[in-house]
Amino acid sequence: MLLFLVLCPIVAAIVIILGGPVRLTALAAALLNLAAALFLFLQFDRVGTGFQFVTSFVVSSDWRIHFTLGVDGLSLLMLLLATIVTVAAIWFAGKIENYERAFYASLLLISAGAIGAFASLDLFFFYAFHELALIPTFLLIGIWGTGNRVRAAWKITIYLTLGSFILLIGLILLYQSVPPPERSFDIRELQQSIAVHPLAAPDQRHIFLLLLVGFGVLISLFPFHSWAPEAYASAPAPAAMLHAGVLKKFGLYGLLRLAIPMLPEGAHYWMYLLAILLLGNIIYIGLVTIAQKQLDWMLGYSSVMHMGYIFLGIASANVLGTTGAAVLIFAHGLSIALLFAIAGEIRNRTGTLAFSDLGGLGKVMPFAGLAFGFAAFAAVGLPGFANFASEIMIFFGAIRNGWDMQQFHFFQFATVLALWGVVISTVYILRAYRSTFMGTINERWSNLVDLRTALRIPVALLIAGLLWFGFFPQTVVQLVTPIFTTYFTAAK
Amino acid sequence: MIAIPPPHLEIDVLVLGMAILILEAFTTKIDKRIFAYAGIVGLTLVLVAGFFLAPAPAAAEATPLWNFYTADALAIFFKRFMLVTTIIVLAMMIDYAPAVRVQDNRSSSLGEFFSLPLLTCAGLMYLVSAIDFIFIFVALELVTISFFVLVSFPRRNAVALEAGIKYLILGALSTAFLVYGVTWIFGVTGETNLQRIATAFASGKIDNHAASFGAVLVIVGLGFKIAAVPFQIWVPDVYQGAPTPVTAFLSVASKAAGFVVLLRVLQPFLILPHMQSLVVVIALLTVLYGNLAALPQNNLKRLLGYSSIAHAGYLLIGVACFDGPAVVFYLVAYLLMTLLSFAIMIPVVGSSGEEISNFDGLAKRAPFLAFGMLLAMASLAGVPFTAGFFGKFAIFASAIAHNQILLVVAGVLTVACGFYYYLKVVRAMYWQPSAAQEPVRISMLSRVIMILLMIATILFGVYPQPVLNAMKSNGAGAVARSTSNR
Repeated sequence: MLLFLVLCPIVAAIVIILGGPVRLTALAAALLNLAAALFLFLQFDRVGTGFQFVTSFVVSSDWRIHFTLGVDGLSLLMLLLATIVTVAAIWFAGKIENYERAFYASLLLISAGAIGAFASLDLFFFYAFHELALIPTFLLIGIWGTGNRVRAAWKITIYLTLGSFILLIGLILLYQSVPPPERSFDIRELQQSIAVHPLAAPDQRHIFLLLLVGFGVLISLFPFHSWAPEAYASAPAPAAMLHAGVLKKFGLYGLLRLAIPMLPEGAHYWMYLLAILLLGNIIYIGLVTIAQKQLDWMLGYSSVMHMGYIFLGIASANVLGTTGAAVLIFAHGLSIALLFAIAGEIRNRTGTLAFSDLGGLGKVMPFAGLAFGFAAFAAVGLPGFANFASEIMIFFGAIRNGWDMQQFHFFQFATVLALWGVVISTVYILRAYRSTFMGTINERWSNLVDLRTALRIPVALLIAGLLWFGFFPQTVVQLVTPIFTTYFTAAK
Repeated sequence: MIAIPPPHLEIDVLVLGMAILILEAFTTKIDKRIFAYAGIVGLTLVLVAGFFLAPAPAAAEATPLWNFYTADALAIFFKRFMLVTTIIVLAMMIDYAPAVRVQDNRSSSLGEFFSLPLLTCAGLMYLVSAIDFIFIFVALELVTISFFVLVSFPRRNAVALEAGIKYLILGALSTAFLVYGVTWIFGVTGETNLQRIATAFASGKIDNHAASFGAVLVIVGLGFKIAAVPFQIWVPDVYQGAPTPVTAFLSVASKAAGFVVLLRVLQPFLILPHMQSLVVVIALLTVLYGNLAALPQNNLKRLLGYSSIAHAGYLLIGVACFDGPAVVFYLVAYLLMTLLSFAIMIPVVGSSGEEISNFDGLAKRAPFLAFGMLLAMASLAGVPFTAGFFGKFAIFASAIAHNQILLVVAGVLTVACGFYYYLKVVRAMYWQPSAAQEPVRISMLSRVIMILLMIATILFGVYPQPVLNAMKSNGAGAVARSTSNR
């Protein structure tokens, strides 16, 4: 089943390149994948804690690399996110003027890269699948982007390459720091071996720093964030949806999957640094977001800012905070994808996203306005949306962090500061909503048309996801809590 | 089961090459390309024969030849490697032949153009088997002299002539270094056989300074062959000036042979003081120089010239950590992706030009070629699921295992540079509007070869084990020894 999930988009991409029907194949593959992910979600045994649906092939016995797929609750959640956003992104893509085949093939390859990375239990493939998405992203921004696409495409490519090779060094070091007979790229075996003999503290510090910087670049952790707003502003909407919604979450998933359980000492050592950097994400980038004059740039920066909350959840190092982080990864993925989708539709119609040109669009595009409103409120963290459920868990978790601190401490101080981020994000999101959909309408836009009925389906899908998991967060929480409980009880 | 003694392979190739040369002199009327096809068929037969080799004789019954010549797993693997390379280069030459005819205005010399690579191939096959300095020298001269001719083959072309002269002078200089170094080592140890030199070094009864001096000279000589910094100056001009198939041949086969010799020669030398740090410094300079100098290039052949310096740097990182399997795998990946990019270059360059801007909009004109080039560039840059990534992965893994922090840092930074200049080609093909409109024609043979290379690039990027197994198939060879040497 997992093999099907990974191979389906790749096969569809090949079919499209070789000349099959373009949109039909892409959409069919995305829908099949969503069905497969839902099937896994329903079939998943919620009582057991280990990995399920495991399949494995030997790739290189000399280098101890296996192609192993398997899911636990956390990766299942990521797979669900990836498949939902893929369906929405491909549905929104529509007719492409130039190189249509390459466009859809690239989208499918990004999706395959994300799904493969989330489903892999082998570090090598975990890394390799993520890198698979690099060239398609370069092409998507370079060929079909808007604005200063050349600069944006180079910037994201060079940044992400550098980040992922730093990550690669960290992963190889992790592999080599285990005693030779137990060396393995298999995440399960590594974890077992580390549970028996934990790594030496200095090793943990080095590796954690490499992983933090490597993953941090991929997640747009402050100060490695500057590629993200630029790339998302330039990228065509489906690419921005997939990248900001799904692919960027790879780094967070990696931190939760590898760095926290395997390197607790290292995480402890670098906690202060992480706390300062994530405040940079929340406060500094938050203020930068307020200053934006274009909707696409604002969304790009806001997606960078929200990474700060997820980092806060990860850094809190207790079950509550990390669970909140996992749920926020999911919720943010859905809401940012929806925001980029609506922004892309507006850009298709008006050709501009500058706040000074827009205004009053709610009159001519009521459905788009409604959908944007839902997504915006979700992003702010209004109760009823999945974002609220997760943010509240993160803040509670971060205040009572897992570092055994008795009195009022730096980390609590950071949490209080981070709370102000909620105010900041309310300011910018409401401003954006007002200057786009409210106010007097510009003459030029008076005969715009609203979203077609067909396009309302993926919007409804995303909103339904946000609301369902907002009202019933338990469905997700019970997937991931057991994993983190094992992590933190094992560490004690 | 037939069993062919290993030395017969080279003799077969030599006979084939000479036969073509002689036949060519007596035939004036026919299409000379027939000789290239004959060469391809002949080499394919030798390649098949290369899989039915008799084991090397035991030491007691070995003829004196085996003092110079070895048929260990490393040697046999690289004999096949050289044969495959030569076959592909011959196929590329068939496509390139019209260009030579135009430049030279006479087709009669084409026969030589097709027979020389066979002689080079024999030299390369000897070179990877050589375990004695005298034999290394002789084989190296066979290779280098035939390359002199090949590089400046379009005689009327000033650029090619310049390239030939540069290659000639610097090649001769490097050989002089090599021979001088060998003399010093012979003076210290009284031996030319690598194994006996190793024993002499290990005995501790030698003059370390004199031996080190000789070893450094030998490394300098080999450094020219593999284009390591600071002996790389000839590379860009020669690569740009030489006929494209010859450039491909030079950058793959000659470099691979150089690395095999380096692996064999370094083994005894590593006992000497500071030898490893010397290789580390050379590797560091080479990756930095190759990648940084490639950044501003606009001529694709020149870009690939600098990139070949950069790849020599990554290979040297592997050599500095003495990781035989990693170096060998990297060379295989390098063969696939370099030959693929040159094979695609030939028809495109033939229809427009060598500048990167000539590739503008290739995705519209020739989607197949553009996709192949995309794959080659992705692999050269090191994107996962291509052979190039596994190569880099193995090299970095061994550098980390040996705590060569500086090399790792330089490697990571330069890989990012690499993405920039390789993707420049991709950008031209996919982003830029096309200048020329007419589609690019390619022959059936080269299409088949391109498809095979593309499949192999992806296959070894997903499943590298066959290459690793191929080196082990003949039991304990030099590679196994070099691994245990860590």
